[in-house]
Amino acid sequence: MEFPDGLKFTKEHEWIRVDGNVAQIGITDYAQEALGDIVFLELPESGIHFNHGDTFGVVESVKAVSDLYSPLTGTVAEINESLVDAPEGINEHPYDDGWMISIELDNDSELDELMDVEAYRKYVEEIS
Amino acid sequence: MSEIKKTTLNAIHKGLGARMVPFAGWEMPVQYSGVIDEHRAVREAAGLFDVSHMGEIDVRGPHALDFVQLVTTNDASRLEIGQAQYSLICYPTGGMVDDTIVYRMGDHHYMLCVNASNVEKDYSWLKEQLLGEHEAQVTNVSNSYAQIALQGPKAMDIINSLCGRDLTEIPYFCFDFAELAGAELMVSRTGYTGEDGVELYLPPEDAPRLWEAIMDAGKDEGIKPVGLGARDTLRLEMKYSLYGNDIDADTTALEAKLGWVVKFNKTDFIGKEALLKQQGEGIGKKLSCFVVEGRGIPRHGYDIHIDGRKVGVVTSGTMSPSIGIGIAIGYVEAEFDKAGQEVDIIIRDKAVTAKVVAPPFYKK
Repeated sequence: MEFPDGLKFTKEHEWIRVDGNVAQIGITDYAQEALGDIVFLELPESGIHFNHGDTFGVVESVKAVSDLYSPLTGTVAEINESLVDAPEGINEHPYDDGWMISIELDNDSELDELMDVEAYRKYVEEIS
Repeated sequence: MSEIKKTTLNAIHKGLGARMVPFAGWEMPVQYSGVIDEHRAVREAAGLFDVSHMGEIDVRGPHALDFVQLVTTNDASRLEIGQAQYSLICYPTGGMVDDTIVYRMGDHHYMLCVNASNVEKDYSWLKEQLLGEHEAQVTNVSNSYAQIALQGPKAMDIINSLCGRDLTEIPYFCFDFAELAGAELMVSRTGYTGEDGVELYLPPEDAPRLWEAIMDAGKDEGIKPVGLGARDTLRLEMKYSLYGNDIDADTTALEAKLGWVVKFNKTDFIGKEALLKQQGEGIGKKLSCFVVEGRGIPRHGYDIHIDGRKVGVVTSGTMSPSIGIGIAIGYVEAEFDKAGQEVDIIIRDKAVTAKVVAPPFYKK
């Protein structure tokens, strides 16, 4: 299982890549494996504002439906349209090209609540 | 809760990296390499399933046929020894206790293969129906059988390579006994995938050896182990009903369009009166097939609307791995059960257009 450096993580198995005031969000290798074959992805329009913990989208595998929770408060800047057209890409490359949305942050102090890679790796080991 | 049961193939599944889940009191593999990969293996090559959780109930005695006729809807008097039929066990209301395959094992001996989740309920129900005039010996023999299904276009080649005879001589929905990989077993030309293949009934202790032998014999043909996940998508593409989802105590054979296994002109059977009455009065809802026109995956429990009015509900839905779009089966008011009828399936508060189609969803 992949645990890339330089990202932040949540207990809901999302990863966050922060670049200045903008955060890219996707789901982790652990999450894609747990879901199985991903066949559907629903993302919000850009410009929509989400609070920390809001549902921003839905990912579906053949068997299951899972909500995507916004790990941060802010406004959607961009969505990954090509991933919506080919959601199996999430299974193939959950990081990098597997980013789902980017958010312009309202409040970057929320970032302190997130796990770094070592904390997330430990968390996954605990629940596995 | 009693302790979870394990089939004799449990260690093999774990060795193959299967994800195990509790299902009907058993720890069963839901997937190995992935639902889509396993589904395609069955459509294009062959897949091997552990279905040892399925139940088997024996009916024996001089009045075994009378009893089977009483408790099932199909006409078991048409079965020769070595033949099987799909059938239903009904309540007097016409609702279903279970669906089953009835095997005629001998002159006065039948075996009913029933759903894992229903074994205890079915067994109790059948015993309650035993009356003097229909006296038969009804025994739950589920623990005596493991069951392995081999399905797919390459299934018969693979199984034949392990057997000294050509098992394609067994016609569809017939069975025979054979020796395979040193095990004596019952070979049934049946399945739950829409592909050619067999379901093998054998002593549980022989299952691991047979499983390994089949996997080995099929490795050049592309055989894959297949879990419950793909078993569900495969059956759904064929519109095979799943008890508990699509059929249950509150739905009738006529509503589920299983009237072809209800034989009104045989001797009396439990549920006949209610079903005849329903047939006379008209069937209010029917189990229809839907293909989603846009994006979205229908799921069990989603509402079906026409012009903003609820006309039905989805009982099973998935992304079809074979045709790559959302498919569903569900009950709708009977007048809308016609091919080409447009409906809305309500997916997370959004109406997604779907069309009624004739089954199966997947055709060769």
